[in-house]
Amino acid sequence: MGTRMLPIVSQAVSPAALASKPEPTGFFTDTTICIGCKACEVACKEWNQLPARGDGGAHLEMSGQSYDNTLELSGDSWRHVKFIEQFPEPYEGRWLMMSDVCKHCVQAPCLEVCPTGAIIRTEFDTVVIQSDTCNGCRDCIGACPFGVIGINHVSNTAQKCTLCYDRTSVGLEPACSKACPTDSIQFGPISELRVRAEARAVQLREQGETRAYLYGADPNGPLGGLNSFYLLVDEPEVYGLPRDPKLPSRNLAKGSLLSSIAAFGMAVAGALTLRGRRMKEVAEASTPEHVS
Amino acid sequence: MQTNLPSTFFTAPPEFGWIIILYFFIGGIGGGSLLLAGLLRLFGIPADRPYIRLASFLAVVCAGISAVLLIADLSSPLRFWHMVIQDHTLLPMFKWWSAMSDGVWILLAFSLFAGTATIDALQDIEWPPMRTLRSLLRVVRFISRPPFATISAIGGIVSGLSLAGYTGVLLAETNRPIWSDSSWLGIVFLMSALSTSMAAVMLLSHWRRVHETSTLEWLTRFDLVAMVLELVAIVCFVISLGNAAQALYNVWGVALVLGVMVVGIVVPLVLQRRSNHGIVLPASLVLAGGLLLRAVVLLGSERIHVVGTQVVR
Repeated sequence: MGTRMLPIVSQAVSPAALASKPEPTGFFTDTTICIGCKACEVACKEWNQLPARGDGGAHLEMSGQSYDNTLELSGDSWRHVKFIEQFPEPYEGRWLMMSDVCKHCVQAPCLEVCPTGAIIRTEFDTVVIQSDTCNGCRDCIGACPFGVIGINHVSNTAQKCTLCYDRTSVGLEPACSKACPTDSIQFGPISELRVRAEARAVQLREQGETRAYLYGADPNGPLGGLNSFYLLVDEPEVYGLPRDPKLPSRNLAKGSLLSSIAAFGMAVAGALTLRGRRMKEVAEASTPEHVS
Repeated sequence: MQTNLPSTFFTAPPEFGWIIILYFFIGGIGGGSLLLAGLLRLFGIPADRPYIRLASFLAVVCAGISAVLLIADLSSPLRFWHMVIQDHTLLPMFKWWSAMSDGVWILLAFSLFAGTATIDALQDIEWPPMRTLRSLLRVVRFISRPPFATISAIGGIVSGLSLAGYTGVLLAETNRPIWSDSSWLGIVFLMSALSTSMAAVMLLSHWRRVHETSTLEWLTRFDLVAMVLELVAIVCFVISLGNAAQALYNVWGVALVLGVMVVGIVVPLVLQRRSNHGIVLPASLVLAGGLLLRAVVLLGSERIHVVGTQVVR
């Protein structure tokens, strides 16, 4: 698992600022108490003035395969309540609900690859795309291991959850967790949320839900831990989450080295064969028949 | 949802479509052409000059088209300059650990050296036709003299090879299926760029009725090496995909084997060995194969995405 973090220009902060830096904040989402009401989705859209899916709301698109019509996170939908419908038999099955959002990774792949410096880490340890800097190159979309980022069709820039930076910076709770009627989405300092999440997982296991575990809560885990982590009761893939998310830079050194060796080899081969040809021409030109 | 899928299958496609495919193809031809021009300038013979001219012109045209394609592909094209200048501080924007940032600076360096190579090549011929422009060109004639000519040729070789190879590394530095599941994509694109650029230069020379036997023989041999290595690199690339190779168990996989490997590489290799087939057919097949290779790699990955709770392939 790649836990190495490359330097980030926009992360440079002074020692004084570091001393007064607020504690990292994020979300703990307990999927076992999500009721799929989508209040978080609506609150997010309302607060952040996001357009409806598809053609901007002129026509409401239905998925036709589920009660879930949002279907995916995108530049226009920063919260998405997934409906995982597990019905192997007509009268036997369960629904898993999960309110998905940007994970605000401690080692953020999107921030790593962004070529314009539009993606920054805030004082709350969250990851924000500056819409006035982003030019829509879409490198971050392919780099995100969770498929979180998309192009917003109003701003024509890459966008995703800001963890309501405009609210948290003035001491308010993000719109989604504020609207959640069951406290499935909980907001707060990461250290407190981890303690609360671990206690909840233990409680569920004691009550017989032995599959309960935390996804992304381990600071020594993938991407240095996620500042938005989850309590799940099935395999990560069932929730559409990668089992082993990685930093995109894992391929940079090896790929560059292999290409550089091949490039050097071809340049040297070209130079040597051309030089050989020139020497041959000179030798032919200096033979007696040519001299005469 | 299947639980045995590679983690890269749970990401979103960045919508790299035909504009990027064309950029990878044309940028590769440009990069390879500038490598050829640089090698011939440094180690060639006087009879190579017409080929140097063709390769240099091709490189500078590819540089221009590449820049237009890249800007057109941005969702906010007017902000293209944010790639090179930080919009808040107006300081240079460069992140060596971002392949896309590297690529922008590589394209800039490539354009500079393609420009100097073209200026050098223009000294040979009566072009541009206007006397005023020709006298302007004379002002920068120093580029054709040592040590500037050597610097220009070496810069062309380095920036050309970098442009030809970085695109594969750019795709590898994502979390997308196929692209990031292997480190071999850089070599695959590099070798393809070299073979397609040589095919393009040979086609241009045929069209312009430039025929210098020794240069053409060298180009054909060098092209043969690039194509064999490209074939080996593609095989290594597919093997290195491991479980992620299932992303190519479809029409794109068939296109890779039949279109790229057989029609785009093996058939031209056989045709080149039988010299009576001329230049046009094998070179055209190599170019078509190079374009198809990029389409297979990009579109083969782009179609994989999660909708609801299903991975769509």
